[in-house]
Amino acid sequence: MAASFGDAGQFDPALFDGCEAVVTRTIENQRVAPAPMETRAAAAAWGKDPGKDPGKDGRLTAWIPNQGAQGTRAVMASMLGIDPALVRIITPDVGGAFGAKFGADPEHGLVCWVARQLGRPARWAETRAENMVAMTHGRAQRQTITIGGRRDGTVLAYRLEILQDSGAYPKFGAILPSLTILMTPGPYAFPRAEAAAVSVVTNTTPVGAYRGAGRPEATAAVERAIDLFAAEIGMDPADVRRKNLLPAFTEPHTTAFGAVYDSGDYTTALDRALAAAGYQDLREEQAKRRANGGAVQLGIGLASYVEITGGGSEAGRPQENATVEVHPDGSATILTGTSPHGQGHSTVWAMLASEELGIPVGKITVKWGDTDLIPQGGGTGGSRSLQQGGAAVQQASQELLEEARQRAAGELEANAADLVFDVGSSAFTVAGDPDASVPLARLAETERLFVRSVFSAPGATFPFGAHVAVVEVDTETGKVVLRRMVTVDDAGTLVNPLLAEGQRHGGIAQGAAQAFLEEVVYDADGNPLTTTFADYPFLSATEVPSFELADMATPTTYNPLGAKGIGEAGTIGATPAVQNAVVDAVSHLGVRHIDMPTSPQRVWRALNESRDAR
Amino acid sequence: MIPAPFEYAVAESAEHALELLAESGDDAKLLAGGHSLLPMMKLRLAVPSVLIDIGPLTELAYIRTDGDDLVIGATTRHADVAGSERVRSEAPLLAYSAAQVGDPQIRHRGTIGGSLAHADPAADLPMALTALGGSVELMSPSGIRTVSADDFFAGYFETSLEPGELLSAVRVPRQPGADWGYQKFVRRANDWAIVGVAAVSGRVALANMGPTPVRAWAAEQALADGAGPAEAAELAADGTEPGEDIHADRAFRQHLARVLTRRALEHQRG
Amino acid sequence: MKVRLTVNGQDRSDDVEPRLLLVHYLRQHLGLRAANVGCDTTSCGACTVLLNGKSVKSCTVLTVQATGQDVTTAEGLAAEGDLHPVQRAFRAEHGLQCGFCTPGMVMAATGLLAENPHPTEKEVRAGLEGNFCRCTGYHNIVRAVLTAADAMASPSRADSGSPAIPTSTESAQ
Repeated sequence: MAASFGDAGQFDPALFDGCEAVVTRTIENQRVAPAPMETRAAAAAWGKDPGKDPGKDGRLTAWIPNQGAQGTRAVMASMLGIDPALVRIITPDVGGAFGAKFGADPEHGLVCWVARQLGRPARWAETRAENMVAMTHGRAQRQTITIGGRRDGTVLAYRLEILQDSGAYPKFGAILPSLTILMTPGPYAFPRAEAAAVSVVTNTTPVGAYRGAGRPEATAAVERAIDLFAAEIGMDPADVRRKNLLPAFTEPHTTAFGAVYDSGDYTTALDRALAAAGYQDLREEQAKRRANGGAVQLGIGLASYVEITGGGSEAGRPQENATVEVHPDGSATILTGTSPHGQGHSTVWAMLASEELGIPVGKITVKWGDTDLIPQGGGTGGSRSLQQGGAAVQQASQELLEEARQRAAGELEANAADLVFDVGSSAFTVAGDPDASVPLARLAETERLFVRSVFSAPGATFPFGAHVAVVEVDTETGKVVLRRMVTVDDAGTLVNPLLAEGQRHGGIAQGAAQAFLEEVVYDADGNPLTTTFADYPFLSATEVPSFELADMATPTTYNPLGAKGIGEAGTIGATPAVQNAVVDAVSHLGVRHIDMPTSPQRVWRALNESRDAR
Repeated sequence: MIPAPFEYAVAESAEHALELLAESGDDAKLLAGGHSLLPMMKLRLAVPSVLIDIGPLTELAYIRTDGDDLVIGATTRHADVAGSERVRSEAPLLAYSAAQVGDPQIRHRGTIGGSLAHADPAADLPMALTALGGSVELMSPSGIRTVSADDFFAGYFETSLEPGELLSAVRVPRQPGADWGYQKFVRRANDWAIVGVAAVSGRVALANMGPTPVRAWAAEQALADGAGPAEAAELAADGTEPGEDIHADRAFRQHLARVLTRRALEHQRG
Repeated sequence: MKVRLTVNGQDRSDDVEPRLLLVHYLRQHLGLRAANVGCDTTSCGACTVLLNGKSVKSCTVLTVQATGQDVTTAEGLAAEGDLHPVQRAFRAEHGLQCGFCTPGMVMAATGLLAENPHPTEKEVRAGLEGNFCRCTGYHNIVRAVLTAADAMASPSRADSGSPAIPTSTESAQ
């Protein structure tokens, strides 16, 4: 079984005509496991007696850690063959997801089915070994990259051919390459580029979304290609990037692959990352170590990236809803269609509402993840939540103020236009008459004061950045130590810098881990070999340094916050930066490429091969 | 995740433990820190019908000197071996080795006796004991017999412990001031060694290069003949037939053994 | 098998199967759900508690082994409802996201600081090598532990002084 995107049969055989240098290579973007700290779990109960059972009137109530209760409900209803109105999904605390807890899996459906068969509540939690085999895996692309251009560093053409392993049941995994293809040229102004993919099924765990879902693969491919090209023509990879990056733009830019980048300044991102890393000093240190010929060599790896966030929700368009309600006691409640599991929406949504309404953050409650309370929502994933869900909260708050203004005008017997809202005191006052004022909360006394608003974005946004990885490679043992990660991750306006940093940190760690540590391994008979945390090299605090994050914020016009998505950016930049760094560490010994993860054995083999070739 | 059912008895003394062992037959296991045994029981790779808990026995937890030897009771925790001033000054390689086992939580529970009796060839302490030329004391109703490290590890997770015997103590020669080196090659901090090397006083022991800790005889001979670290280390893998796994094939393991032996002989610790 | 242990300062008596893991006793018998089960191989540390003040992985301790001993879980850290300095630091430094690893991480950190009150960054990372986190990349966890160390060293300076490592944006200037 296979699905294809693009058509390799349509590739232009003359694509690389006129190129002074052409490099081609087949590389692996290996299969990894999302491995959230919480494995999957579910509890289900059906009810017939109102007031007695959690479900009412024969409805199903299911507690399932997921990335969007509304999406889960749709899948569950379909699995069980019942009307979604009979399903209530409650999302409890979720111990990490990273793309692998969207919707519902057969196991979740089974738990609900068992509960119905037995007429009793049922509960299930998988073991880690089960999780390593039954939760969808990530990545798993074999990529043939071809890049050509002039010896002055100008790239003229780039081709990407993908073989996607979708595992046993195609599901989302088969579609991932279409996202990869969309981002084929990355941040570069390649005159000619083409891409095609074939997805195949294999007798392995199904592949699904994993932090970046198809886009890290595109960046990893093109960043490896740029470095291969740089090595071929003997040019500094930073200079090759500068030569080919799209110049800064503030108006939307449509690529040949149909992506509409909203705003970008890729060269500044690269320059800032290089400056923060002290690039020249690093190259000097590298040169010194090479001259000394010691065992431990220094590698510097770069990655420039652009990625797509907020591309669409369950409604098909990039949008999200929020309901904001002010209570007579001066508190407020926000209902959001997002589904946070560590991203801090409780904090930020409350901040956004507080800034509009003047209600203290501590008096604002944020709720999500109960389909009875919030029947619609796109959940949290694809780095969509702030730019759509947060924008919706802000919008709903503003609309609520407009509704409140009308009520205040009635209360104060004044024209609405003559009223001033003072955020500090959370009250409307008649302009010029400070004694004529009414607190916002009072306007909720006779009639509920709430607004449900849907924020629609004109399209997806495109955060971007540059990563610099510094590694030490022990050329005698192949061991890689990650010394520094310096990143620029520009996701537009930072509404909450501390939370944004947290997302970058987590993404960087996962991205780096793929480059030099993690892989899911099957033996030749298809038996999984990495089914425990003892075998699967899940990274610990000793394998990564503290990260160095540089600032850059190029706002988008696609939402009033100016924010793009940041959740996946760190992962996308870190993987190729670290892989490039490892290759760079031993490039003077003739090594041009090492597949991920750059395990000690892979590094050692690469060194042997290039030594034998010399 | 959940062990199979078993009967559980707490030993009130080492002798009592021996009695319980004799009563319970072949299917009984001693429990000290449980950090070699319980993980296997949770995966049901081990299904003893009886566990005899010697963990609480203070009579088996001690660090003392006895003539030229340091003697360490079998239920002494790794953290205590690692942190002992006495061990650090008189057999620093052993203290260092104990500090490499697993992670802090594991070191708070795991014991030196338990680890040695478990005999994982990739583990730290079997290799360390072999390099140090230490020995174990095996207690039975007929008394205590001492078995050298070279003779104790018989095969993959197999020792020369007889049924009804209890590993009661560990002996290592006191060698304050002896130069030593230790190399534990891992991809992640709390992994078992892909290859390990411990070297002290002309002895070189390798971890994960065979079904037991392995002496690098050829390298030792070269050292005795006056070779320097690099020259001797070239022979470190001679005679070894290491296994293969997802981390390393045979050739890579043997290569690592040579490189890491050179470093250990240069007294590097890592 | 009868067991008698002290959990968070309270004496508990129970009759349990010998094979009952301490983590399951805490979670299912005592309703103390902070300690989580994240793996099957004593790798991840999400189940970490203090046993007689020392950090241990409660998934690899039999309840019967803990009889006569003192167990502290994350629920028992806070004195009189106030947060423990380690908890306070995790919150202030954004040292958690999904929270699943957090109780184990906090208990491991508390045990670490009891043994080494002034760790370097390197020592903190090594001290937490038995605790996995998928969300934070460890950066803010390390900051939290260093912040807690400062706060516990001089309680009057609890809210001042920066940790030994800079915020990630500071160091990139």
